[in-house]
Amino acid sequence: MNAVQPAVNRPSAPAFDVERIRADFPILQLKIDGKPLVYLDNAASSQMPQPVIDRLVRYQTSEHANINRAVHYLSETATAEYEAARRKLQRFINAPEEREVIFTSGTTDAINLVMHGYGRKFIKAGDEIILTTLEHHSNIVPWQMLAEETGAAIRVVPINDAGELLIGEYEKLFNARTKFVGVMHVSNALGTINPVKQMIAFAHAHGVPVLVDGAQAVPHLQVDVQDLDCDFYAFSGHKLCGPTGIGVLYGKAALLEKMQPFKGGGDMILSVTFEKTTYNTIPHKFEAGTPPIAAAIGLGAAVDYLSAIGMDAIAVHELDLLNYATAQMTRMPGVRIIGTARNKASVISFTVDGVHPHDVGTLLNQDGVAVRTGHHCAQPVMQRFKVPATSRASFAFYNSMAEVDALIAGIRSVQKVFA
Amino acid sequence: MTNLANYKSLYQEVILDHNKKPRNYGTLAHASHHAVGHNPLCGDHISVALNFDRDCIACIKFEGESCAICKASASMMTVAIKGKSRADAEILIQEFLAMATGKLDLNSPNHIGRLAVFAGVCDLPTRVKCAILPWHTLHAAFNSVASTSTEAENDPVRAPIGNA
Repeated sequence: MNAVQPAVNRPSAPAFDVERIRADFPILQLKIDGKPLVYLDNAASSQMPQPVIDRLVRYQTSEHANINRAVHYLSETATAEYEAARRKLQRFINAPEEREVIFTSGTTDAINLVMHGYGRKFIKAGDEIILTTLEHHSNIVPWQMLAEETGAAIRVVPINDAGELLIGEYEKLFNARTKFVGVMHVSNALGTINPVKQMIAFAHAHGVPVLVDGAQAVPHLQVDVQDLDCDFYAFSGHKLCGPTGIGVLYGKAALLEKMQPFKGGGDMILSVTFEKTTYNTIPHKFEAGTPPIAAAIGLGAAVDYLSAIGMDAIAVHELDLLNYATAQMTRMPGVRIIGTARNKASVISFTVDGVHPHDVGTLLNQDGVAVRTGHHCAQPVMQRFKVPATSRASFAFYNSMAEVDALIAGIRSVQKVFA
Repeated sequence: MTNLANYKSLYQEVILDHNKKPRNYGTLAHASHHAVGHNPLCGDHISVALNFDRDCIACIKFEGESCAICKASASMMTVAIKGKSRADAEILIQEFLAMATGKLDLNSPNHIGRLAVFAGVCDLPTRVKCAILPWHTLHAAFNSVASTSTEAENDPVRAPIGNA
């Protein structure tokens, strides 16, 4: 009577029907050299489901005009849809207020906004900025530019051999000069999920604001910015089944209001004379010029799509994929997984003995398997593990167990070619 | 559309063999010409060192860390270039770069010979730099340029080399 039943028979746990989900993604039907596409480069960019494509078509077909300007029907429609998208993103990350959601061109743009708007105003010579070894170049270079300009210093949180941040070392870095923390939520190169909530609480105890780079987290986890209590949270639309050229910066209203504008232009002003310009209120203060309206509306449709499936269900399926792939690859002689954190998102960086990652990538491509090869814009991580580059398979909720099998078979055939 | 037939044949036996057992691998003491080539996109680097005996390349060695395409290209380059005059070597450099970027008609007279196994790389734009790095480095060595890069201003993908 109490025998364990398969999940599909449990009415309380609806099955995650990956085949039904795959049917929503036209690009997954592609054949590469006659072989089905196995798209495992989702950490670089995800694919777009039909409802999002349809939304973009509908916008361009019957809703497009410039926003926040004219009184005519199309401008009002476009403005309403753009602001509706903002509210969808607000709900998606549980931001308290919609004015705390700023549309940017992506994560990089969002981080640069914080560097220019907050950093250049509040960080001075001798101040210290804490970053981590895991950071993507986009959360290193802007702060280096700021440090060069202001004379501030950058302190770096080290990692262990599993690719986990050393939290004890992080806490030791704090002192009276510490003025800012930048940390990624999920590592793009290794998949490590960082304990950002704990790190934010520690920083706040020292009165230090925290920017979280969430580019790799929002596609995989239910993110709640109020629960994290982060001061800034940045992410990109194109890793979230949305279009390229759109991203989000969440910021606490009190901080955003204190910050200086990043870009000057139309829409970000209330009034302009040659003597004085009065800036607009947030979020408009940070959205100079005509924004990517279509892309923002498309991203709104993308988070609707993801929310309908459920981020929790997505996380469960992706963890299944990760565990299945990890178990198989761990058993393969000559294959080394780089990044073995206890808490990981569905990213596997790996090396194959005696084969350069670029050769792995080119040969896998012959089997229709798309992986990323290179340093993943995280050269400090590569240096830490003493590898010039890795191959990286990153899974999305629309990947199947059969695709993991195709990856494993592909790696075996790479080893055969180089035997 | 990508010419898959070509790039499928890129990892041919001869390339895999040169990758596994690179010819003229190592350092050259008292080299008259030397250069280091670097591909910042993937961190690969190779060094090329050579000596002339009057007008001809008497000795040539290379070493470094790179993918199979780059290493095999370097190995086969050293074999092809040994004993040649600098002028003939420059012609071969030009022909190889043209082939790797899809601009060489292999049916017209050329000196490519066995190096034709790299023809397929022109269909893989991200891998072209792997194949041409050794040749770019050789050219730099002739001109006694101490260090070169596939991202340098005189990137052979973009700029002509030699007499072109």
